[in-house]
Amino acid sequence: MEMTVIRAGVLTTVQDAGRPGHRAMGLPPGGAADAFALRVANLLVGNPEDAAALECTLVGPELVFSADTTIAVGGASFESFPSWQPVRVRAGEPVGLGPCRTGCRGYIAVAGGIDVAPVLGSRSTYLPAKLGGLEGGALRDGDRLPLGTAIRSGSIGHWHINPSLLPAYSASPVLRVIRGAQAEEFDSVWLKAEFKVTSKFDRMGLRLNGPKLARTKDWELPSAAVAPGTVQVPPDGQPIILLADAQTIGGYPKLAHAIGVDQPLVAQLQTGGTVRFQEVALAEAQRLWLARERDLGILREGLAQKFK
Amino acid sequence: MTLSPLGDTAVVLALGHEMDEATIMRVRALTAALEHNLPAGVTDIVPAFTSVTVFYDLAQVGSYEQLCAELRTWAGRAASRPPFEMGRLVEIPVCYGDEFGPDLGEVAAHANLSAAEIVALHSGAEYRVHAIGFVPGFPYLGGLPAKLHTPRRATPRTQVPAGAVGIGGAQTGVYPLATPGGWNLIGRTPLALFRAQETPPTLLRMGDRVKFQPITAKEFVAWK
Repeated sequence: MEMTVIRAGVLTTVQDAGRPGHRAMGLPPGGAADAFALRVANLLVGNPEDAAALECTLVGPELVFSADTTIAVGGASFESFPSWQPVRVRAGEPVGLGPCRTGCRGYIAVAGGIDVAPVLGSRSTYLPAKLGGLEGGALRDGDRLPLGTAIRSGSIGHWHINPSLLPAYSASPVLRVIRGAQAEEFDSVWLKAEFKVTSKFDRMGLRLNGPKLARTKDWELPSAAVAPGTVQVPPDGQPIILLADAQTIGGYPKLAHAIGVDQPLVAQLQTGGTVRFQEVALAEAQRLWLARERDLGILREGLAQKFK
Repeated sequence: MTLSPLGDTAVVLALGHEMDEATIMRVRALTAALEHNLPAGVTDIVPAFTSVTVFYDLAQVGSYEQLCAELRTWAGRAASRPPFEMGRLVEIPVCYGDEFGPDLGEVAAHANLSAAEIVALHSGAEYRVHAIGFVPGFPYLGGLPAKLHTPRRATPRTQVPAGAVGIGGAQTGVYPLATPGGWNLIGRTPLALFRAQETPPTLLRMGDRVKFQPITAKEFVAWK
């Protein structure tokens, strides 16, 4: 079974849960920028939550399938397709998502997952090194992707997941952050100000624009690990929030880190959006993370019943 | 050694403040100890000049405090390990200046030296790979002569070509892939530093020694 890309959209790539374990050679784990949306979209079609799906940016693709199947869309919402629910699609009937209505990145999970060859343990596309996904690149019109065999079937009915389970997606979120190693070297204005998302955003990170953040110290830092969610401040004083394909090591001062449960909010930001920061303790961030994992566990169990 | 959180998914083990030989040896010994016997729940290890960062799966490690206690034990064991051998010597051909190194003039102006003196200094030194990171295969090289230390550019370039050789602060390195980058570009190598299909995928490994060999533009073009 396969899926043909009629129109690819602006930037559509194959992504799964990423390839951790290779940071020491400089390879970031990558994977879905909004890992929550990937996981839920997969659960909605009966897949393991780390199966490979499509990540599209700003504009959804138009697809056609070689056999009847079930798909689900999560993350950004689209003009021409419902979100957060399984949808049966017929063989040969084109399925188009249209442009993004809210958010930035949509995840299209297909029953059985996308079955491209894994590279270093993952099917995720890492564009800077042209590896993973479909020949390491973004999808193009006419591409054909192999699909795996659906492991679950059954009548799906008409239902969607409880919106209270979803992250507080917004075009102007308050991002909860943990202080970074150099936070005390900056005036606390960054906790009161609003930052605009510039047009410079990709899977590596987003450049923000706001009051210039001046550092009180001027020596260079030895480069050290950074991670998705790290808020770093280059010498121009305009912060950058790192995303899934961020470098493994960086030398800019680290102001803060978006907490795990709020990283999906970063992935859904686009030009014109705004961000505020709110500091929380590490213990609180980890309590929220474990609570989110419990909620996903309940959802997983509930959906398993529906697919019986 | 101090431990501090990097967000809610990693802990940074800082092993010193200076990029000196003793700190580097501690970083490498601890990395080897961790890689040799990975603690439960640890998903990734990032050694760098003065630190080792350990990424973890919170559901598996129990708590941040528990992981920190375990890592302190590991670090104690690593301290008693013998030092490493020197590593291989790898020669990297570089075409300096002009379109290959658009910031060579700025680096020369900052150092108050001629471009030729910068090239002689940069290619005369022997470097050591202290970390691979930033992007796949990017070597962070220790041993840059003090005269060549140059601050990073105020605004990073959105695109640096693959093979670009740069200076950022007290560090020098080679960009293996076309990526954004904030370092001053002084030259370019025709060698590929990262090849996903090969084993291992990186030309350089932590601990290798590196020398840069100046080549002409003609030699650069002919290199294949």
